[in-house]
Amino acid sequence: MHTSGVRQPQLAHLLRRAGFGASREDLARYDGRTYGEVVEELLNPGTVAFPYDDILSRYLPHTTAAADNTVEWNAQWMFRMVNSPRPLEEKMALFWHHVFATGWTKSEHTPTMVAQIQMFRNVGLGNLRTILLELSRDPAMIYWLDNCENHAGSINENYGRELLELFSMGIGNYTESDIKSVARAFTGWTFEQPMPLYPYGHYGSRFVFRPEDHDCGEKTFLGHSGNLDGGDVIEIIVSQRSTARFIARHLYNFFVADEPQVPSWSMEPPGDPAAIDVLVSAYEESDADMRSVMRTLLNSDFFKAATHRRVKSPAEYVAGVLKLSGRFRLPEPDIEETEATMSAMGQRLMDPPTVEGWHTGREWIDGGTLTERVNYAVDMVSDPDGPGIRSAVESIAASGRALSPGEFVDIASEMSGHVGLSPRTRKELIELAGADGDLTFSTGPEAERSKARIREMMAMIVAAREYQFA
Amino acid sequence: MGEMNNGDRKDPVLVVVQLSGGNDFMNTVIPYSSGIYHDVRPLVGIAQDRVLPIDDELAFHPSAGPLRDLYQAGDVAIVQGVGYENSSRSHFRAMDIWHTCEPNAIATEGWLAKVIREIDPAGENPLTGVSFGRGLPRAMAAPGVTATSVGNLDNYGLMTGSEREQERERRLDAFKRIYSPAAGTGVVMDYLAQTGQDVLRGADMISVAPQRYSSNVEYADNPIARSLRDVARVHTAGLGTRIFYTQHGGYDHHAQEVPVHARLLADLSGAITDFMDDLRAHDAADEVAILVFTEFGRRIQDNGSGTDHGSGGGAFIIGENVEGGLYSQYPSIERRDWLNDEDMRHTIDFRGVYGTLLEQWMGIEPAGIVGGDFEQISPFRLSHAGA
Repeated sequence: MHTSGVRQPQLAHLLRRAGFGASREDLARYDGRTYGEVVEELLNPGTVAFPYDDILSRYLPHTTAAADNTVEWNAQWMFRMVNSPRPLEEKMALFWHHVFATGWTKSEHTPTMVAQIQMFRNVGLGNLRTILLELSRDPAMIYWLDNCENHAGSINENYGRELLELFSMGIGNYTESDIKSVARAFTGWTFEQPMPLYPYGHYGSRFVFRPEDHDCGEKTFLGHSGNLDGGDVIEIIVSQRSTARFIARHLYNFFVADEPQVPSWSMEPPGDPAAIDVLVSAYEESDADMRSVMRTLLNSDFFKAATHRRVKSPAEYVAGVLKLSGRFRLPEPDIEETEATMSAMGQRLMDPPTVEGWHTGREWIDGGTLTERVNYAVDMVSDPDGPGIRSAVESIAASGRALSPGEFVDIASEMSGHVGLSPRTRKELIELAGADGDLTFSTGPEAERSKARIREMMAMIVAAREYQFA
Repeated sequence: MGEMNNGDRKDPVLVVVQLSGGNDFMNTVIPYSSGIYHDVRPLVGIAQDRVLPIDDELAFHPSAGPLRDLYQAGDVAIVQGVGYENSSRSHFRAMDIWHTCEPNAIATEGWLAKVIREIDPAGENPLTGVSFGRGLPRAMAAPGVTATSVGNLDNYGLMTGSEREQERERRLDAFKRIYSPAAGTGVVMDYLAQTGQDVLRGADMISVAPQRYSSNVEYADNPIARSLRDVARVHTAGLGTRIFYTQHGGYDHHAQEVPVHARLLADLSGAITDFMDDLRAHDAADEVAILVFTEFGRRIQDNGSGTDHGSGGGAFIIGENVEGGLYSQYPSIERRDWLNDEDMRHTIDFRGVYGTLLEQWMGIEPAGIVGGDFEQISPFRLSHAGA
């Protein structure tokens, strides 16, 4: 029975957070299923393949392993966000990219950055120990935080410090001497370039462990002593309550509601301490299994209630607009413009400003970025050739029934992705709609005029403040 | 606007020109009489007979003729060897340091945003700070500070994709209504409303600038010339802007430096002289000082095609009230003086250059903005400070 299925606004909320929004086709795909069933499918996409690799290689032919073009790789990632049938996998990749912020700027080596993001796709819902181990073996990360300069007898603490401070436990939960032990444990973890840069160009790199450069001496980390290796260190990190809390807070900040910026977390308590406790329990009961923690999060009441509590990042914003407009269901070349669009909104993928990542929440918004966001959404949505817009407009027109201004605003906001307008915005839009009377379709010219009015109303809905929120 | 006299002086204005990518200072102001220069730069070095001499030791790049003319007219202070300890070679990080004056931590407030807050604490004029280009530079961003970022002055603001003026008017009217602040909708909703209203107000005010402006100066058709013409159009409209920001990109010449750098310097120096002429013709030059800066200099030795990221760059301060000349010291290029065996050592901290402009030109106490007291220079004939 249809009514037993998830309500559409709730499904739209889930897919905005656990994915990048939902087209009308996406929503229809889950029709009749319960909320919990949809969550399970997102968590376990199984063998549903990303079917576009071949198409991408034909449409964006420079995105081969040798190409060193961040613009095209940015566009390719955007294409995946919009089209992947495994949306949570893509969203987890973006989540870990926010947390383990690695920048292209230092290495200017795109293939390793692309490989890192692919690694996040592969293990992003796995166990945290696997994720941290893969991260510690990742060439882009090793270069970004100088672990290739971390030698037995001459340590470089950069990776060791950030692993604890930014990637797992958070500041205040370990000593400077612990940092030194971690750095020593990761000596000899480096990478090699299988092909020389000249004349072959930028090919991928691979992890190597150099035993002769590894410090095999006795180390003490958080009270554990012995000849600790990087793997031992990660094992200890993952078992800490502070790690459970820190990762829980990151997940809450990214999937549920905006928190203060990460550097203030040691001083500022969480906005919803009870929610963090729930996530910490899920972490500890599952022994750090991210899929289990995410299952708890997505099924929780605090998640379901958290509409309009997060400002969309530029990647989420652009992907959401594209899903709505229906553009780039194939990677036509002008998808490359999305890189400049996102950059102007303050987020160049694979190139965060620093290892601390992007500042999120309301810090995404200033006069310049708000102008970029509103103009982009309005332009995309008012384009009558966008297949998503066309199908929305036609489906409203198809009933042929006259709509009052109130009905008109409600159905347009539903078609714009169940935006959830505040009473104030809704009232203003109804007044604006009312100036032109009911929406009618009785004659051909009337229907055409009404279709233009629907596009215009949808454009105003995506211009509204509510649309800035995920 | 007030006439220029001792009792009723126009408010000082600062125009910042950012050269993005790391301008090669050593090939902009060239130590042409040094044998070392020609030895270490066999490929990108400029021959002695082509340079435009300043004195017996230093010369402008041959493509910077207009800038040399301005220098000879006494309007250009060359600030040599600008940098800071442990100069970052990352474009982004280095630019961040220049924008926030914070080399050792990640700061959230830009130095010019703090200046805007100082000038206009209540945020009454959204045009106190105006940046040209897409996105607001970090230097002008800080929580609670309004600055206006203009992509295209002739089509600036919201709903610019509208096909007809009538359609745009209707959309702007709708936007104004759905962004009206309402009590009880939440902090971020309120912030969005405030930001949206600021954008509308700034766009309204700035739209008069293209209409009011007319000029006999014909700027060239290149990005920096267009940007500086935009600055002139807004400045001469008298909208109360005190800080202008523009960017000139492309200075990251790891390769092909010889042709590319020459073109950039020609564009830049031509644009600056046209801009100065334009302001003079509008009787609007006296109150303006220009700062030209870049995030770092480049490696002393060339790499066979260009130069890699280095340190110890240089800056220019330009204006009618500038006492032209050479300031600070040119970094030594004797091999024994090289920093890390490859870089120029800075001889003045960039925060001292900012401090000079703030204290001696803008009349603003610099310590809180640049994060301490740094050695200043004295490049102004007549300061606007305290006016």
